Amino acid sequence: MTQPQASILIVDDELSVRDSLMHWFRKDGFRVATAASATLALQALEQGPFDIILLDIKMPGMDGMELQSRIHATNPGIVVIMMTAFASVDTAVRALKQGAFDYVTKPIDPDELSHLVARALKERRLEEENSHLRETIDELSAADFVVGDSPAMHRVMELIRQVAQTNATVMIRGESGTGKELVARTIHANSQRKYFPIVPINCGALPDSLLESELFGHERGAFTGAQFRRKGRFEMADGGTLFLDEIGSITPKMQVDLLRVLETGEVMRLGGSRPVSVDFRVICATNEDLEKMVADGRFRQDLYYRINVFSITLPSLRERRQDIPPLAKHFMGKLAMQMDKRVSDISPEALQKIMAYDWPGNVRELANAIERAMVVSKGDLIRPGDLPVSLPEAPAASVPPGDSLANMEKAHIAIILNRTRWNITQSADILQIDRATLYNKIKKYGLQRAEGADADANGTKP
Amino acid sequence: MPLLHLVPIFLPPESPVLARLATRLGRIFASTVAVRTPRFDPETAFDGSRGQYHSTRLLAQLLDEPITNEGRILGVVPMDLFIPILTYVFGEAQLDGRAAVVSLFRLDNAHYGLPKNDDLLLDRLVKEATHELGHTYGLVHCGDTSCVMHSSTYVEDIDVKSEKFCSACLPAVRLPRTGRA
Repeated sequence: MTQPQASILIVDDELSVRDSLMHWFRKDGFRVATAASATLALQALEQGPFDIILLDIKMPGMDGMELQSRIHATNPGIVVIMMTAFASVDTAVRALKQGAFDYVTKPIDPDELSHLVARALKERRLEEENSHLRETIDELSAADFVVGDSPAMHRVMELIRQVAQTNATVMIRGESGTGKELVARTIHANSQRKYFPIVPINCGALPDSLLESELFGHERGAFTGAQFRRKGRFEMADGGTLFLDEIGSITPKMQVDLLRVLETGEVMRLGGSRPVSVDFRVICATNEDLEKMVADGRFRQDLYYRINVFSITLPSLRERRQDIPPLAKHFMGKLAMQMDKRVSDISPEALQKIMAYDWPGNVRELANAIERAMVVSKGDLIRPGDLPVSLPEAPAASVPPGDSLANMEKAHIAIILNRTRWNITQSADILQIDRATLYNKIKKYGLQRAEGADADANGTKP
Repeated sequence: MPLLHLVPIFLPPESPVLARLATRLGRIFASTVAVRTPRFDPETAFDGSRGQYHSTRLLAQLLDEPITNEGRILGVVPMDLFIPILTYVFGEAQLDGRAAVVSLFRLDNAHYGLPKNDDLLLDRLVKEATHELGHTYGLVHCGDTSCVMHSSTYVEDIDVKSEKFCSACLPAVRLPRTGRA
């Protein structure tokens, strides 16, 4: 019935202009706020985002031009339309150069104003869509959890393929840092709902009262400070996917409310009187033992059955250790581009160190460790000393368990070379291969002598 | 039955266009329509610098007219109307309120140098009056191009839409509600 509820801020020192524009745009279905000065406009901007700002150029105190440049510095996406009672080419050019969307002379022809605002809104929506698409592309290309070739990850990918095209509720389980949200986004991106948003909400990060308003939205005046009507996440996810992270942390009251929405497909905004129909797919994630929580009476059984339709369990990094080297390389490649650093490889000792570690924080922790190492690394190679100090020293003689034959061979040759301080004859003897074969393998695996290795008195750098 | 008061401003109460408008609006809003002469001086709404009448001031004067709570009051004026920021308006209404005002000035073909057409003028007046009264029932502009609540900024836009409310807007004017002053 109405246009989508976009928001407009009208900034003008004349009350009659503010009032007449406010009434005009309210009839167009806009959410309208007004400000009598630049200072009040900046305060209004702190309280809530706006799609369009209509801004008078001549105002006492800070003028429209100055305000416009401040708005662009802090809210670059907002479309600003300048208004003035005195048309001047210079001012118009200056306003447009500073990034104003357009410039109008008061009084404005109603048709011109309608078209201008419609164009401005279209521009704003396109900008929002572009930014959303850019984020999505970034997120999809950064689907780090799928790097690797372990059977465990093959199983996960197969499950994602099976469930993505259906409308089934998905429960993703796995330790912290295993990539649960990335799996949710991959499912959404491969579903029929991909052209609608995926709306994530971290249930553990919000207190109960905020979570309620966040999920259900509120009508104006529903509580102190609720100055405007606001859509909740359920409504925002309409047509798309709602991703409820840390579902195990919601309170009993929210469990009841959530169950009602899932069963009826309707939400009621706080302070609202009419239910709104919503259609979204639910993907939940947790690292808690929901079954135990149900048995203990801390999680509703009926909600548990409703959300636990199709379950995907992500392996910890310990369980897919063979994926550690390709994952480390993947992060290095990504970060090298972002940081503009030429760190291209990881030393066998450093590799040995990360293979021996248990990674309780999983892929996220590995990514952070590699990032830290890239920052402190001085050459083109990550060395053991570059890695975070919390990583334990790897036992010198161990070989990486569960890795591919090639990686195990590479790591083992590196250990022997370091132990003999890169004495090729001695290393070849220990490895029971001839020197030419050893040279070929050093070349094949890109093994390089660590700095200061031969200065080490024990010759057994880990 | 709710009462709709038609207030001719600078128009004789016995004007034929007013009688025909009253009949059509009575049908659309299922209301009893009464014509009453204004008790205020509309000249105070005149702005000499623009040569137009300030519609918001007329609206304020209409609101001072004593009417019952559930009733609506519509001023009909042959003069050109404006609000300060815009060059002109076809009419103005109190959103979710009681009063509206509508101008015949730019609805008349004569304004555009075209031959007079009284039937077309009445059709346009009915649509604009219905549109402004729709705002008093809390309706905002409608995306349905045939709905009377679709926004019109050119007179041709008015000719395109119908005088009827779409199925989404209609319940707002049919449900009994009390206008706010």
